[in-house]
Amino acid sequence: MTRTLLTGIATLALTATGALAQVDENAPQGGEMVVTYQDDVATLDPAIGYDWQNWSMIKSLFDGLMGYEPGTTTLRNELAESHEISGDGLTHTFALKDGITFHNGREITAEDVKYSLERVTNPETRSPGAGFFSMIEGFDSWNAGEGEGLSGVTVIDDKTVEITLSRPDATFGHVMALNFASVVPQEAVEASGEDFGREPVGSGAFRLAEWTPGQQLVFERFEDYHREGVPKLDQVTFSIGLEPTVALLRLQSGEADVPGDGIPPAQFLQVMNDPAQAERVVEGGQLQTGYITLNTQMAPFDNVDVRKAVNMAINKDRITQMINNRAVPANQPLPPTMPGYAEDYEGYAYDPEAAIQMLADAGFPDGFTTELYVMNVDPNPRIAQAIQQDLAEIGVTAEIRSLAQANVIAAGGEADQAPMIWSGGMAWIADFPDPSNFYGPILGCAGAVPGGWNWAWYCNEEIDARAAEADAMTGEGQQGGREDAWRQIYLDIMEDAPWVPVFNEQRFTLHSEGVAGDDTLFVDPVHIPVNYDYIYATEAE
Amino acid sequence: MGAYILRRLLESALILLGITLVTFVLLYLVPADPARQIAGRSATAETVANIRDQLGLNDPLFVQYGRYLWNLAQGDMGRSYLQRAEVADLIAARLPASLLLMLSAIVTELIIGLTIGVVAALRRNRPMDHSLMIFSFVSISAPQFVIGILLLYVFAVKLAWFPIGGYGTAAHFVLPSLTLGLLGAGWYSRMMRSSMIDVLSQDFVRTARAKGLAKVRIVTRHVIPNAILPIIAMIGIDIGLFMSGIVVVESVFGWPGIGQLAWQAIQRIDIPVIMGVTMVSAAAIVIGNLLADLAAPLIDPRIKTK
Repeated sequence: MTRTLLTGIATLALTATGALAQVDENAPQGGEMVVTYQDDVATLDPAIGYDWQNWSMIKSLFDGLMGYEPGTTTLRNELAESHEISGDGLTHTFALKDGITFHNGREITAEDVKYSLERVTNPETRSPGAGFFSMIEGFDSWNAGEGEGLSGVTVIDDKTVEITLSRPDATFGHVMALNFASVVPQEAVEASGEDFGREPVGSGAFRLAEWTPGQQLVFERFEDYHREGVPKLDQVTFSIGLEPTVALLRLQSGEADVPGDGIPPAQFLQVMNDPAQAERVVEGGQLQTGYITLNTQMAPFDNVDVRKAVNMAINKDRITQMINNRAVPANQPLPPTMPGYAEDYEGYAYDPEAAIQMLADAGFPDGFTTELYVMNVDPNPRIAQAIQQDLAEIGVTAEIRSLAQANVIAAGGEADQAPMIWSGGMAWIADFPDPSNFYGPILGCAGAVPGGWNWAWYCNEEIDARAAEADAMTGEGQQGGREDAWRQIYLDIMEDAPWVPVFNEQRFTLHSEGVAGDDTLFVDPVHIPVNYDYIYATEAE
Repeated sequence: MGAYILRRLLESALILLGITLVTFVLLYLVPADPARQIAGRSATAETVANIRDQLGLNDPLFVQYGRYLWNLAQGDMGRSYLQRAEVADLIAARLPASLLLMLSAIVTELIIGLTIGVVAALRRNRPMDHSLMIFSFVSISAPQFVIGILLLYVFAVKLAWFPIGGYGTAAHFVLPSLTLGLLGAGWYSRMMRSSMIDVLSQDFVRTARAKGLAKVRIVTRHVIPNAILPIIAMIGIDIGLFMSGIVVVESVFGWPGIGQLAWQAIQRIDIPVIMGVTMVSAAAIVIGNLLADLAAPLIDPRIKTK
C-alpha cells in the first residue's frame, strides 16, 4: 500500500504559509539582475555549501528530487516524477522525470541519485549536511567509513530509486529538498576533484558561466531546464566584495538590483523614511529565533525558578526597538511562521517585580553574578548590554564576554563554561520548515554533548522520547496530530525555561525598479535573500 | 655588499620562520575548533571527530607545525578548509590586485605628501603652512573606513566621476589609492616639512643664496634632494602599514585583494588561508624593508652597508 508524500508534510507546511504564492508563471523572460555581496562565495558544491549566501545560489544551480513551490514552504517534486511511501513509512520510491539533463548535457539517471547521496554521506566528503541523512538505512556504518555505500539506497532501474529508512521520519521529504540532497554528475565531480565547488555542474535553472574570485560570479540561463519558462532572467551577476553601505549606494545609483547582505542597520531608517525606497522594500517572516540560553547544568541556572525569573526580567519590546523593529518579540522557541507555533501562548510576560520575588523565593534575595557570552558584531554587543541592564534591575550582575563567533560557539559547546549566551549572529535558522528542526541539535539530549549546539545543556529524556514519537507520525491522517504533538513539546520545554526566547527576526529585502515578481519571491522562506529563478526583469515586459 | 645581502637574506628567512611559528601557535591556542566550523551544526560528535582526524588536528602541536613546514618547503601551502581550493591559488588570484593597489597608493602618498611638505616648509608659519598641517593632521587621524565612504559618496555617487567600487580600469584605482595613500601622505608631509626646514638652515644653502643662486634652483637642486633621503627609507616600512590598511580599503571598495581573503579566513578560522596570507604579507614587509635598506646607500653614499 502506498501513498504520495504531498499529502503529508506539505499540508502541514501549508498551514504555516497560508496559501500558495501567486507566482506569475507567464512573467516575461529576458534581462538581467545584479546582486551584491560583501564576502566572496566559499563554495558552490551542494554537499559542502552551508551558509546563507551560497544556499540560494546552489538552489539555482542544482536540483534534487524534491523542492518547494516558489515563495512558500510547500514541498513539490523537482527531479522526481512521483514519490511513493510504503505503509510503514520506511520505503520511499522515487521515479525520475524523463529527459532531464545536467548542464553538461548528460541525462540524469537513478545511479546519479545514489551516487549523490553516497557522496554527501561519505566521511571523506566532510559534508556539514551528512547528519541530515541519518535516517537512511546503512548511514551509520557508511558515515563511519565502513562498507561499500549507503545500503538503504537501491537503484531499481534507470529512472527509479528506492530509499529505505531505518526509522519512519516525517521530515524525510524536507531532507530530500535540502541542497545537500542535490543530484550531481559523478564524471564532473571526479574531473574537478576538490575544485568541484568552483566548477559546479548541476541541473538547476542557471549554470555558472564565470567566476572571478573576489569580483564577480555570473549565472546564465540553462536553456534545457526541465521547467518550461524558468528561469525568468537571462543572467544573474553577483558582484562580490561590496561593503553593505557601498552596495546600497550602488543600488541607489541604479548599478545594482538586490543588496544580498540586506539593508545596513545604520541606513535602515533612512531607507524606510524615503517613500520611493520604502515602497520597494518587501517585509517577510523568517524561520529564525533569537534567544538567550541558560546553562541548566551550571548554578544557579540549574534551578528552574531562577530560569523563569530571568525569563520575566527581559524587556523584549525594548530590545526589538533597539534594532529598529526589524523583529517581533518572541515567547517560545518556534517562530510564528513555523507549523506548531502556539498562537495563544502568552509565555513569561515582562514583570521585573515578580522576577525579583521569584529569585528571592528561590534563595537569591540579593541576586547573583554571572557571565553573558555574545558575538562581537553589531548589534549583538548592544543587545547584550540591554540584557545586562534588565538583569541588573532584578539584582543579577552579568559580565559581558564579547567574542568572535567561533569562540562563542566553542564556549557554548563546553558544559561548564558559558552560563548565558545571547544567540544573535549564530541564532537558529531552520534548515527546513518543520518544527522538529528546532529541537534535536539545540534542545534535545543529542545536542547536549561537548561540541554540540544545545548551549543550555538541556536534556529532558521524556521530551526526547515524545519528539521521536512525533517524528514517527508519518501516517496519512496524522499530520494534524503531529503538529499538535510538537506544539505541546515546545510549551512543555518553556515550563523548564532553558531559553529566554527574545525575538524572531523579520526580513526586509530592498530591490531596484529593474526587477519584479510576487512579493513572496523577495522573502522566499527557503531562498535567501531572494528566489533567483522566478524574479523577472521589468525591462523584459 | 654581497656578504651583506646574504646576511640580510638569512636574517629575513629566520624572521619568516619565526612568524610561521608564532602564527601557528596562536591559531593553535585560539579556543575555537575548525573541525566544528566545517562540520556544521547538524553534525554528530563522531563526524566532528572524524574531520579532526582527517585534517590531522588531533596531532600534537609540533607534529602539525612540522608537517606544515615540510609541505611549505615543497611549495604546498595546503587547501582552504572552507573553500577546499589550493591556498596558493587563492592567494595568487588576489595578490596582483593588492600589489597594484599598494603601488598606486605609494605613488599617491608620495605625490601628495612631498608636495604638501615642500610647500608648507617654504611657507613656514604662514596661513598656508597652518592649513596644510591641519589637513595632514586630519588625514592621519581620520579612520580609513570613513574617508573611503566619504570619497565614494562625493566623487562616485554625487559627482559620478569614478565608479562606485570595483576593480578593472584606471578609474577604479583613484579612490582606493587616495584612501590608502592619504594616511601616509599625512606622515610624509610632516616629515618632509621638518626635513626641508632642517636642510634650509644648513650652511650650504646659505652659501648658495650668498652666491646669488635663484631660489627655485636652490630648492629643486639642493634642498629637496637632501631633504628627501630619510623619506625614501620610510617607504619600505610603509608596506607593513599598507598591509593593515588594505583590509579596510579593500572591503570598502570591493577590491579583490588578499585583505578581503584574510578577513574572511579569520572570521571562519580557515587556518591554511590565515597562515598563507600571513606568510605572504610578512614576506612583503621583510622584502620591502630589505629593498629599502639596500637602496639607502645607493641614494645616500653617507650610509654604508656594514
